[in-house]
Amino acid sequence: MTLAVLNIDWQTLTDAVALGAIYALMAVGIGLVFGVLRLVNFAYGQLVMAGAFALALASQWGWPVWAGIVLCFAVVLVLSLAMDRLVFRPLRSHSPAVMLVATFAVAFLLQSVAVLWFGSLGKIATSLAYLNRPVTISNVDIRKITIVAVIVALACLLALTALLERTTIGLHMRAASMDFQTARILGVRANRVIAVAVLLSGALAAVVAVMLTVQTPLVTPDFALRDTIIVLAGVVLGGMNRPVSATLGGFAIGFASGLLGGALPTDKSQYLPSFLFAAVILVLLVRPRGLFARKGAVERV
Amino acid sequence: MSESLVVEGLEVRHGGVQAVRGLSFEVRPGEIVGLIGANGAGKSSTLHAIMGVAPVTGGDIRLGKLSLRGRRPEEIARAGVALVPEGRRIFAELTVEENLKLGLAARRSRGAEAGVLSRVYDLFPIVEEFRRRHAGALSGGQQQQLAIARALVAEPDVLLLDEPSLGLAPTVVDVVFEALATIRSSGLAVLLVEQRAQRTVALADRSHVLANGELRLTLGPENANDTAAMVEAYFS
Repeated sequence: MTLAVLNIDWQTLTDAVALGAIYALMAVGIGLVFGVLRLVNFAYGQLVMAGAFALALASQWGWPVWAGIVLCFAVVLVLSLAMDRLVFRPLRSHSPAVMLVATFAVAFLLQSVAVLWFGSLGKIATSLAYLNRPVTISNVDIRKITIVAVIVALACLLALTALLERTTIGLHMRAASMDFQTARILGVRANRVIAVAVLLSGALAAVVAVMLTVQTPLVTPDFALRDTIIVLAGVVLGGMNRPVSATLGGFAIGFASGLLGGALPTDKSQYLPSFLFAAVILVLLVRPRGLFARKGAVERV
Repeated sequence: MSESLVVEGLEVRHGGVQAVRGLSFEVRPGEIVGLIGANGAGKSSTLHAIMGVAPVTGGDIRLGKLSLRGRRPEEIARAGVALVPEGRRIFAELTVEENLKLGLAARRSRGAEAGVLSRVYDLFPIVEEFRRRHAGALSGGQQQQLAIARALVAEPDVLLLDEPSLGLAPTVVDVVFEALATIRSSGLAVLLVEQRAQRTVALADRSHVLANGELRLTLGPENANDTAAMVEAYFS
């Protein structure tokens, strides 16, 4: 492959930034729960899928846009809390492997329920489709969703950072993700910290559902599945143990896949995941702790 | 107002190993009680059992009338028991001040935080001086002072310390032991697990020597120089 094939134009570039922004939000959502539970939630994509079906149903019923978004948040948040109560909490004292397998089970369960209820052909969410129309800024056509996605992602990340850095529950969450047992000994309530992390993670999944349905209005039971796998690779790529590095990893892999997707000729686009994961393997061979991981913190005696 | 810690017939079992057998003692407000003994004698297991992080298989632990057995660590902390863990367990990536704020999580009174902070700053001036730094940048002795300060801001009835002098320079050990005397005079019940047997016996109102999970001997400050008795109890 030569560089001449990579004919990247401004529109590809901005789309890649938008995809990076959305993936960064998913990475944060996965990273928040990993922080307090040391658990990779493989069912994260199914939360997004559930939110997307909520949006599709709302637009099928002719609900106004805001009502559809409210329904989307309600469905995803309720599902997240249910997941915490019915799966994470009872299994928390078990080994990480047990919890990991449990999230696989939840993922397949939710996907099967979606197939049963909505069929495998899926539904169409059209209410926000107008965001796909472009605006022209100095001769470059940029889809409105691109701008919206970047602004929304930045706003979410800023709000989350403020919550983690400035509030008591944020401090408790940070401490819990560093050393859960010591945090509990100091009086930090484990169940509350986990519930808040799960809820925030769910809220981000709902935001992602809204933005992905604009990009891909056809909502099928495997909606967001491929994105989740790519984001998980991105989170590992960036470095799991810190929210910042996970976010950067998510952004990087979203940006890269947006760029590659736009640059690869159409007949070669099926190779996109191969290129992506080859790049991930290469990076991890060179920097096993992740691309953006800090060097080991100095410990003094 | 302040409550006693009562341990009664405590049994702790880790897997197949019986770590503590039928241990009973009491720590009243304004007292330091020492727990000394060789490695593996059951000292840390006793503290962990009180704090709800080791499995209690028999007996009871009470704070005043409240049984702590079977409660979650965060409930026990919020009931008024604070632990300074072995190895300090400071949050290295947080600032000194954030570490202290975590200690407030278990605080029961909703009064002003400034007063309680200024009291621990008086006790450990170094903690105030470095409050904006990352805790990981402190020396071991400074971290130990921070760990005790972090436990104290919760304004507990009972303070548990797990080998606070471990790995510290002799001058810092002095600072820590002096602080413990001050803390006792403020009316807290202090339970001190230590390797420095002689110093502990000299400081504490009573010191229990544990061996093989059992209480073998109880010493008062007057026995601080009776090393023969201590050695015999250690290896009994």
